[in-house]
Amino acid sequence: MKFLLAVLLTIVLAFISGLYLPWWGIAIAAFIAGALIPQRGGAAFLSGFTGLFLLWGAMALWIDQKNQSILSHKIAALLPLNGNVVLLILVTAFVGALVAGFASMSGSFLRAR
Amino acid sequence: MRIIPFVISIVITIALVFVLNKKWGSAPAMGAFLSPQHGFWQNAESVDENFNADLQLKGLKGNAQVYFDDRLVPHVFTDNDEDAYFIQGYLHAKFRLFQMDLQTRAAAGRASEIAGAAAINYDKTKRRLGMVYAAEAALKEVEKDEPIKKMFDAYTNGVNAYIDNLTEGALPIEYKLLGFKPDKWSNLRTALLLKMMAEMLSSGTEDDLEYTQARSVFSDKEMKILYPQVSDSLLPIVPKGTVFDPPGIVPVKPTAADSLYIGNDSAIVKSEWDKQDPNNGSNNWVVAGSKTQSGAPILCNDPHLELSLPSIWYEMQLTTPTSNAYGVSLPGSPFVIIGYNDSVAWGVTNAQRDVKDYYAIKFKDNSKKEYWFDGEWKPTQLRIEEIKVKGGTTVYDTVAYTIFGPVMYDASFRDDTTKQRNLAVRWVAHDPANEAATFYKLNRAKNYTDYEDAIKTFTCPGQNFVFASKAGDIAIWQQGKFPARWDRQGMYIMPGEDSSYMWQGFIPQNENPHAKNPERGFLESANQRPVDSTYPYFIPGSYITARGIAIEHKLSVMNGITPNDMMRLQNDYYNVTAESFKPLLNKYLDQSRLNNEEKKFYDIWVNWNLYATPDSKGQTVYQVWSDSLLASIWHDEMSLTKPELTWPSKQTTLELLLKDSASKYIDNITTPQVETIYDAVTESFRNAVVVLQEKEAKGLLEWAKFKPAGIFHISDKSKSLLLPFARTNLNVGGAGNIINAITDSHGPSWRMIVQLSANTEAYGVYPAGQNGNPGSKYYDDFVDAWVKGEYYSLWMMKKEEANDKRVKAVMQFRSL
Repeated sequence: MKFLLAVLLTIVLAFISGLYLPWWGIAIAAFIAGALIPQRGGAAFLSGFTGLFLLWGAMALWIDQKNQSILSHKIAALLPLNGNVVLLILVTAFVGALVAGFASMSGSFLRAR
Repeated sequence: MRIIPFVISIVITIALVFVLNKKWGSAPAMGAFLSPQHGFWQNAESVDENFNADLQLKGLKGNAQVYFDDRLVPHVFTDNDEDAYFIQGYLHAKFRLFQMDLQTRAAAGRASEIAGAAAINYDKTKRRLGMVYAAEAALKEVEKDEPIKKMFDAYTNGVNAYIDNLTEGALPIEYKLLGFKPDKWSNLRTALLLKMMAEMLSSGTEDDLEYTQARSVFSDKEMKILYPQVSDSLLPIVPKGTVFDPPGIVPVKPTAADSLYIGNDSAIVKSEWDKQDPNNGSNNWVVAGSKTQSGAPILCNDPHLELSLPSIWYEMQLTTPTSNAYGVSLPGSPFVIIGYNDSVAWGVTNAQRDVKDYYAIKFKDNSKKEYWFDGEWKPTQLRIEEIKVKGGTTVYDTVAYTIFGPVMYDASFRDDTTKQRNLAVRWVAHDPANEAATFYKLNRAKNYTDYEDAIKTFTCPGQNFVFASKAGDIAIWQQGKFPARWDRQGMYIMPGEDSSYMWQGFIPQNENPHAKNPERGFLESANQRPVDSTYPYFIPGSYITARGIAIEHKLSVMNGITPNDMMRLQNDYYNVTAESFKPLLNKYLDQSRLNNEEKKFYDIWVNWNLYATPDSKGQTVYQVWSDSLLASIWHDEMSLTKPELTWPSKQTTLELLLKDSASKYIDNITTPQVETIYDAVTESFRNAVVVLQEKEAKGLLEWAKFKPAGIFHISDKSKSLLLPFARTNLNVGGAGNIINAITDSHGPSWRMIVQLSANTEAYGVYPAGQNGNPGSKYYDDFVDAWVKGEYYSLWMMKKEEANDKRVKAVMQFRSL
């Protein structure tokens, strides 16, 4: 239950941060979520990670559907990911998730046990 | 709080953010780049994107509407002139911001700010050519011209209105990839954009340095044979037989010029100077009502430029109380550049005239503060150029300005193989002028008189302005400011130690080559010499003869012409040079020396229909063979210096061989025996077969495969770094000497046909799309039509048609 709550809070805060802050706002968002909801470090990492993986993954997927992969094909060829759009979406989700995971874990260590 | 785990964890987090927030090498900063709320995903435009908007902007005077049609062409309606150009600036920025920013930075010699140290020499070249100096001079003229100044201001405000409201997510993707931000627009940048065109089209049409180098090997008489001023087969723009008025100005050759200048054979070693693409050229023609089915004139234009994605052109309609113009505009400049209005149509091709000369300067010392001129030491003006370099230290470069212009080459700028020679540039593009006024007026022209008035102040780059009106007039003017030269003045580097070699004046504007309503019912220009040898001035230039011949041959026998016929003509692949070469090659090919494999290629050649279509193998054989023949004739003489001299053109070579089959140049001077024309033609064919066999083995014998055509991203000069943003392996034929002048990445950048009937019928296409965003479906959606030679019907929308089903979106503009 706590875990789910932490994931949801991370998603909401990270999304809002994206409207006002540069991309690294997700780290602040996940840090706050990690600090607010008491969890063990490992669980906090996982909730931050999951939150951003879902958020960035879903947003990228949604945008890509609407764009019919016009741009993602080009970027996946450029990066280079061999033009693999699915991989590009996974990489996007993973990068956000990794930052948020560590930020969330840091937040959780801030709390006294 | 658990201190140690906290510290470890927070350090990892911060390190991660740091790494992902930094640009590593050529890769973008991945955190921002991948973020779906900031990075490239934000540029992935929905395929259902509607561009409806309601915008309140400071700087607008009234309310205006922009209707976008199904091709994303904006039809702009305003209740005053300034708002039209404000909105034009806004739309240029919205759809083409990166290219405007990049091109004007590059023109100003600021590429190093983006590209780093690799671009320092490029930047120095631009600065030493005086690009900013030229733009400043132009801007001063604009500021004296009240209406134009207002339109420039409105345009600049429109661009900046867009830039000011730009969010990180909406930034064009190129900025995200390269890691920089757009600069604010200014009137100077508009002037720079126009100077970029001047440089593209009128810098490099001179061969002073090459000819000076060639003069060290060849006699004056030979120079006339190898680099003739008038091609034998020339069909000039002004129909042959036209009688010219006696010249209004007769420049006087300095008395000692024959011995000291033309007879002077001091050598210069060529450095890597900046030459523009020799293929920059274009076609335009106009047929009178007497030759068309409808009885109305038809005007056609296809400017050949380096093709790019996004395109150099942006299509639009601009309707104001004083103007109703449709055509293509240049992002970075107000006005429609090539197009039509309710009364007239106009188009341009490049004049190819030489308007740039070099003068050898003697400095007193290394400080470049004084130079020797008319018997005394005269002070230079030193301009210190500050070149900011991304990831490096700022470079300073001092450029000395003389009475001629900037000293482009001196001890601090040339590669180490060059000799000590300081060269000042005298270039017409430096002279104060207001080219933009021409387009402002053309957009509003109602008849021939208005057209004449609009173009007569146009200075540089010299253009062939073709014209047609609903009243039935057809006309062409080669317009520009052209120096009146004495014979061979400016063909070589000139002495700069006194005033005797300076330009003595300019050809009076009314003596510029022109023709109106000729008996034959058509006029054409295709970068050929504008006049035959009876024109009373010496007018060097890098002219191209073949396309003019091809167009003239076709048009002179056509009657009852329709716009469809004109589409076919713009897409015509007939190789008129090959037609002239064929009898000569066949005559001197010694078939008895050919083996069976070689005979196979000979069969392809003799059965070829002379069309350079994508699937043509004959065109490939012709190209390789004729190149091989040129090499066998010229390589020996032209490599007497290092680097090699500029080879005479294919046209010149052909005419030389037709006149003199025993020309001394045929012999290969590096072999003991004397080669005849039979040897040259036959051996060059056999050499060509070696190349052709290799190509055939790889399946590359068809012309489109042999010379693959592509359109690359505008920032990708290497044509290799941004291939996902390019369109490659296009199934097109053509060549520079062919009407449909497509070479690898160069060709018809806009094809337009306008029939000026009661209801104007117009067609057009350019090889890109309206939206410069690679994430938009409108990025390259015209390319396929262009490849197939298809056209879009151009819609001059009327305000009452706001509910027409072609209108896909409406942008409301309101003043704030």
